[in-house]
Amino acid sequence: MTVILVLVPLIAIFGYLVYRGIGSINWAFLTQTPRPVGEPGGGMANAIVGSAFILMIASVVGVPVGVGAGIYLAEFGQNRFGDSIRFTADVLNGVPSIVIGIVAYSIVVLQQKHFSALAGGVALAIMMIPTITRTTEEMLLLVPQALREAAYGLGIPRWRTALSITLRTATSGVLTGVMLAFARVAGETAPLLFTAFGNQFWNLRTDQPTAALPLQIFSYAISPYDEWHRQAWAGALVLIVLIVSAVAAVRFAVRRGSFGTT
Amino acid sequence: MPTTQTAAPSLLSTSRYEIGDPIFKLAVLACALTILGLLGLIVYELMFRSAMSWHAFGLKFFVGNNWDPVQEQFGALPFIYGTLVSSLLALLIAVPLAVGVAVFTTEMCPRVLRGPLSFFTELLAAIPSVIYGLWAIFVLVPILRNYVEPFLARTLGWTSLFQGAPYGYGMLAAGIILAIMIVPIISSITREVLTAVPRHQREAALALGATRWEMIRVAVLRNARAGIVGGIILGLGRALGETMAVTMVIGNRPEIAKSLFAPGYTMASVLANEFSEATGDVYLSALIEIGLALFLVTIVVNALARFLVWSVTRGQSMRANLA
Repeated sequence: MTVILVLVPLIAIFGYLVYRGIGSINWAFLTQTPRPVGEPGGGMANAIVGSAFILMIASVVGVPVGVGAGIYLAEFGQNRFGDSIRFTADVLNGVPSIVIGIVAYSIVVLQQKHFSALAGGVALAIMMIPTITRTTEEMLLLVPQALREAAYGLGIPRWRTALSITLRTATSGVLTGVMLAFARVAGETAPLLFTAFGNQFWNLRTDQPTAALPLQIFSYAISPYDEWHRQAWAGALVLIVLIVSAVAAVRFAVRRGSFGTT
Repeated sequence: MPTTQTAAPSLLSTSRYEIGDPIFKLAVLACALTILGLLGLIVYELMFRSAMSWHAFGLKFFVGNNWDPVQEQFGALPFIYGTLVSSLLALLIAVPLAVGVAVFTTEMCPRVLRGPLSFFTELLAAIPSVIYGLWAIFVLVPILRNYVEPFLARTLGWTSLFQGAPYGYGMLAAGIILAIMIVPIISSITREVLTAVPRHQREAALALGATRWEMIRVAVLRNARAGIVGGIILGLGRALGETMAVTMVIGNRPEIAKSLFAPGYTMASVLANEFSEATGDVYLSALIEIGLALFLVTIVVNALARFLVWSVTRGQSMRANLA
């Protein structure tokens, strides 16, 4: 009974999303920039590309730090200090995304004097790091201790063991963690509101305001125009499809990859 | 002697070993310290940039209910009220559902259904909040406006909680959409905690002649109580900080109204709406102070939740590792 009550909104949301989204999506939506109010047509191509651009910045900044911290916790972190890092990561994970936006605003936007793709990327990176750290650590700890000891026994230094044996063995798991963090921040809107800010035109410069798909959905959804509502649904469908397919692709790759390594 | 010959190169590599290892350790340590640094940075930036508003208003900031950017008078009480009421409303709706789902999936569900069910609840968690908001605007709000709110007003109007014009937008809509968003969080943690309850506890209860429901109540739920509360608090933490979906449906009016139909405002949504348009240093500083307050509350709430969940699952996972 309760299960049905939970499944109803899920099915309602997905069903309605697909229903409204399919009806509004077309080639122009995927290839054109927004038109002024009242003019039909136009699309969100710049927002799709802008989202990808911001996410790329976020990954470049966030993934190495997150994985590095995960390695530290797994290899050297079995002590008090490691515990405090773990706890901090968990706390950081729970910080509201809008607060992260404020911080990115004050460390990047205030320095650069204007909204930028870089600021958006930094905000999303801050959100990715704790998730990636925790999953990386978990995955590295799953690697049997015997494997490490075998490597030490062969005289391989510890850093090479960690990088080319432990991390390699756990690659698929670590990648899953990265993808989950990626999927989580891909739909984030709140931290982008006053960092990336949004833009009606193409932009691929790190120091300029940039459109992002979630931002565009938000501003179209609260607008009073039917045409924009239609496009908001189409944008939402594109966003969901991108997130789900990214996660599914990694799941698939991981499943095949793990058979190869074990 | 072939053995000494093969051993020689790796013995020679001790020089690399001595340089490589400390560098590697330093590099990953730097990454780990970044996490501590980030938290420090957040605290520092929020405190530094809200200092002006703190000096101007002091504690009055949190009890004043006048939010007037033009006169530069800032009181955050309506936002604090809105955040608390919408989150508690969400918990009220979500907790029974989430615990029910978790109990069902761990204790009663046929094995075939278990996988898809947990997959679906995880899928709910993966939907971006802006899409929840979009759905709420075009589906939930009209339903509330046309059916639910008139019905509540007719039957429960005398409680003064359900009075006034049924706009659709308002506290009730925010509470419901938040509930939908936090059910997956609470239920996945509850599920984790429930599976941590040792099997022999269940078997002992059944052996004493308990029915299935009694077994769940006495052996499972009671043992997992602290962990479930932890999951609920974690859901609360998420609800407090949730921004987009709430901003889209709560109505955004800085007022304290008794009725759940009335529009309200939350701390997160005032940030979302006004931050990029804030003119004047005091205004910006006041907004950042709201951010600081929100940050501190969620930190406390989350730390409490982690502690409770740990206290239940910790012993279990150690045992599982040994087995």
